Amino acid sequence: MSEHKEHNHPQEKVGVYVCHCGSNIAGTINCGEVSEWAKDNPHVEVSRDYEFMCASTGQELIEKDIQEKGLTRVVVASCSPHMHEKTFREATERGGLNPFLFEMANIREHGSWATNDKKAATQKAKALVNAAIDRVVHHQPLEKIPVEINPSTMVVGGGIAGITAALDLADAGHHVYLVEREGTIGGHMAQIDKTFPTLDCSACILTPKMVEAGQHDNITLLSYSEVEQVDGYIGNFQVKVRKKARCVVEEDCTSCGICEEKCPVQVIDEGYGAGLGHRKAIYRAFPQAVPGYPVLDKENCIYFQTGKCRACEKFCPTHAIDFDQEDEILNVDVGNIILATGYELFDARKIPQYGYGRLENVFSSLEFERMINASGPTGGHVVLRDGKTEPESVAIIHCVGSRDKNYNEYCSKVCCMYSLKFAHLVHEHIPGAEVYNYYIDMRTPGKGYEEFYNRLLKEGTHFVRGKVASISEADYLPGEEGKLIIQSENTLLGKQQRKPVDMVILSAGMDPQPDAEEIGQLFKAGCGNDGFFSERHPKLAPVATMTDGIFIAGACQGPKDIPESVAQGGAAASAVAKLIGQGTVMMEPIRASVREEECSGCRICNTMCPYNAIEFDEEKEVSRVITALCQGCGTCVAACPSGVIDGAHFTNTQVLSEINGILWDVQTEHEKATA
Amino acid sequence: MKFSYYPGCSLERNARSYHQSTMAIAEPLGLEFDEVEDWNCCGATEYFAINKIPAYALVSRNLALAAGQNGSRELVAPCSACYINLKKTDHALAESPELRSKIDQALEAGDLAYQPGSLNVQHLLETIVKEVGYEAVEEQVTKPLYNLRVAPYYGCMVPRPSAMESFDDPEHPMSMDKLFETLGAIVVDFPLKAQCCGGHMTQISEETALEMIRRLLKNADDYGADMIATVCPMCQLNMDAYQDAVNQHFGTDYNIPVVYFTQLIGLAFGISPKELGFGSELISADAALAKVTEEPPKEKRRRRVKKNAGLPMPVMPEEG
Repeated sequence: MSEHKEHNHPQEKVGVYVCHCGSNIAGTINCGEVSEWAKDNPHVEVSRDYEFMCASTGQELIEKDIQEKGLTRVVVASCSPHMHEKTFREATERGGLNPFLFEMANIREHGSWATNDKKAATQKAKALVNAAIDRVVHHQPLEKIPVEINPSTMVVGGGIAGITAALDLADAGHHVYLVEREGTIGGHMAQIDKTFPTLDCSACILTPKMVEAGQHDNITLLSYSEVEQVDGYIGNFQVKVRKKARCVVEEDCTSCGICEEKCPVQVIDEGYGAGLGHRKAIYRAFPQAVPGYPVLDKENCIYFQTGKCRACEKFCPTHAIDFDQEDEILNVDVGNIILATGYELFDARKIPQYGYGRLENVFSSLEFERMINASGPTGGHVVLRDGKTEPESVAIIHCVGSRDKNYNEYCSKVCCMYSLKFAHLVHEHIPGAEVYNYYIDMRTPGKGYEEFYNRLLKEGTHFVRGKVASISEADYLPGEEGKLIIQSENTLLGKQQRKPVDMVILSAGMDPQPDAEEIGQLFKAGCGNDGFFSERHPKLAPVATMTDGIFIAGACQGPKDIPESVAQGGAAASAVAKLIGQGTVMMEPIRASVREEECSGCRICNTMCPYNAIEFDEEKEVSRVITALCQGCGTCVAACPSGVIDGAHFTNTQVLSEINGILWDVQTEHEKATA
Repeated sequence: MKFSYYPGCSLERNARSYHQSTMAIAEPLGLEFDEVEDWNCCGATEYFAINKIPAYALVSRNLALAAGQNGSRELVAPCSACYINLKKTDHALAESPELRSKIDQALEAGDLAYQPGSLNVQHLLETIVKEVGYEAVEEQVTKPLYNLRVAPYYGCMVPRPSAMESFDDPEHPMSMDKLFETLGAIVVDFPLKAQCCGGHMTQISEETALEMIRRLLKNADDYGADMIATVCPMCQLNMDAYQDAVNQHFGTDYNIPVVYFTQLIGLAFGISPKELGFGSELISADAALAKVTEEPPKEKRRRRVKKNAGLPMPVMPEEG
């Protein structure tokens, strides 16, 4: 239908339903007054207010009125369309109307919840209801577009959340591409020695999962790879993955490790080793790495820097070293994507008064994890930076970078528990050592967590409640010489205190990945103020995002421990499995279309479309929207100089009528002048 | 660059070398100082504790004079207490209309007026590192302070202008550290660099004051500092004039000269020690200054990883 025809005064019969939402809306907005007032709008056939429109009785009201009063349009004034647009569209459909002949006015989030001013809220509710009425009379019946779901899935990030999601889907018989940036999967869990509160060996429970993921028939493991581009939409994503050159021919490599052994270069292992240990220039992060092929680090390789050496190539028994290997670009089609990109440890150097990086015996929590790991650089011995002296006293500082408005306001959730674990492990490794835990509040909610805390209290750990002001070597009292001095408050004693210790561990919090924002833009998953990915609903849709077909799991959504990350990995897999099981999903028919007879063929829209969804018909010299590719963003609608592209459900008439409706009580300058 | 300049009482007496050295380095740094005419004492730290309104009025008079002089919007104070008082007063006047109306009355009696926010109060250190910048400082260095080990002492006030934003990290300031590195000196880690020197505690409880001063001297000595460089006349006075008393009281034998940061800048610019006010310090800086060499210290070679060499330190990010 052309825009001109829409301008004819539509003789529509609108039903208006103002929801009380218990006292959520009715506590602030006079719903009866709003519904009575709406009756004055000439389009309105019936107007009611009701306690809970989303209840079955409320929905039945709509269905009955459509049938008995012959309504042709429906308006519900209640909550956000995110909550119940679907509910009321279905009710409209059951009543016998096309579901798109419905419009929702959000008077809760945009009204009653935004203010305590009853008069103003009621006035605004009237404006929103009037806008919805004036808009809905111009609505067109639309048909949803069925979309087939490609049963393959991509999981981005091979930590415990990503591995869990990939395995769940693969076990259910679906193909998974597991993409990992590093040379091996495993993530942070692979760096950890023991897990709280059970103290079971992290590697012992993780490596079987890694091996399973590496060997699974349904999993294509793309390690040392990064996603570069994502096109498409739910059911039909096209993903471009860069498989970085590791200079090792995977087919020929037997993971024997001789190249690593022969490589003469030793560098600090800042990745897996958390900076505490060393690795070679050609290396596997750890012996159980999956896949087992090493990665060649070109920046530190003598051959790449000077053109000489080639020791690894010389000694490789299967001639698997290929210095000329180039990055490979893979194009992968998938139906859904799960982001499990994890977190980064808070950089304790941002708090200079804690001395990390300056004072030798101040360690980060990940450094300490590597230290107590039997396969770590000290063979599991707790020692000072000199590599040999056992500390007699250790201070563990909680909340480093967390719960601090100068850094991260949020609680990182895992630090209290791992700090307790550290205290226990220090006692275990060095009997008789004094351990001091400096905490602000002890936060141990979780199965068996509080019990673990009680156990530590009995083990003789000293708990000091108070924030640490500084850590320094500035001794000036007896007994402080040569020690690290912790200056802190003790809020239980109401005093400042100094405590000289040999070693300090900073329990650093969890930061979002430094490139989370860019990753988010790539996949159209938004980040919250804290920098972590935002879920669709904090309670009811914790692993979905605002983009259909893109899911999130694990610490990329916010600080989480292992059990929670595993739970989210499973939840995301089941959400994807549901869609695969459905086979098709119905997509909103909100698409652009060109009125070809009026198109001048200027092709401006072709270049503007971010989805390459507009083709040019050379014969007719007109542009045409490819409906399957169009995402309904509206860019072309706004860009068309002739105004001949319509955005379904967002036509100019619909939007302008809505604006007119909302401004019902505003006089124009002209009206003021003539009044 | 033109700046209004508020010297404060100390710079006319005990801290004359601070004033002299500031004037001496102004030209090479491209700074033009326009001294506030007829300025009065800022009230130091005590007056605010006794009676706030007259204390604010006292400082406001200086703000009004500086603003009325049509020199510059930027007001520079080399003394930490003056800087804090000027900045605090400007901030308090903007925050509290009640206070402002009282101060307006007081100023009116002297035919003065001040609109809060019309001046930007800076400490001299801030002016040099932010307005002039390290690069411009480096360009003027003709006699680098090679091999001189300096403990940069900021004191408690400059990094922590209370409710206002600081130009440096309040807990672990680094601006002066970087400045001295620019001059070629060796900057020692000085963990107590932002701690209090005791202020006027010497007049109230000498024993407490001496302990506070001892801590600073010990810390600088522990790190092998040849001298302490400061940004505040109070800090300089306490550590310099009370060093003998500390030695007597605690049986120590510290002999650490305490100088102003501007004096070191001047030396590196090739200005004569006399012109910079050297010689007025009680603990002579001569022996320390004699350590300056013409050749830079040899750079330590990057050590290869040896077996049993201990665990690596965290890798620090490259300075941007």
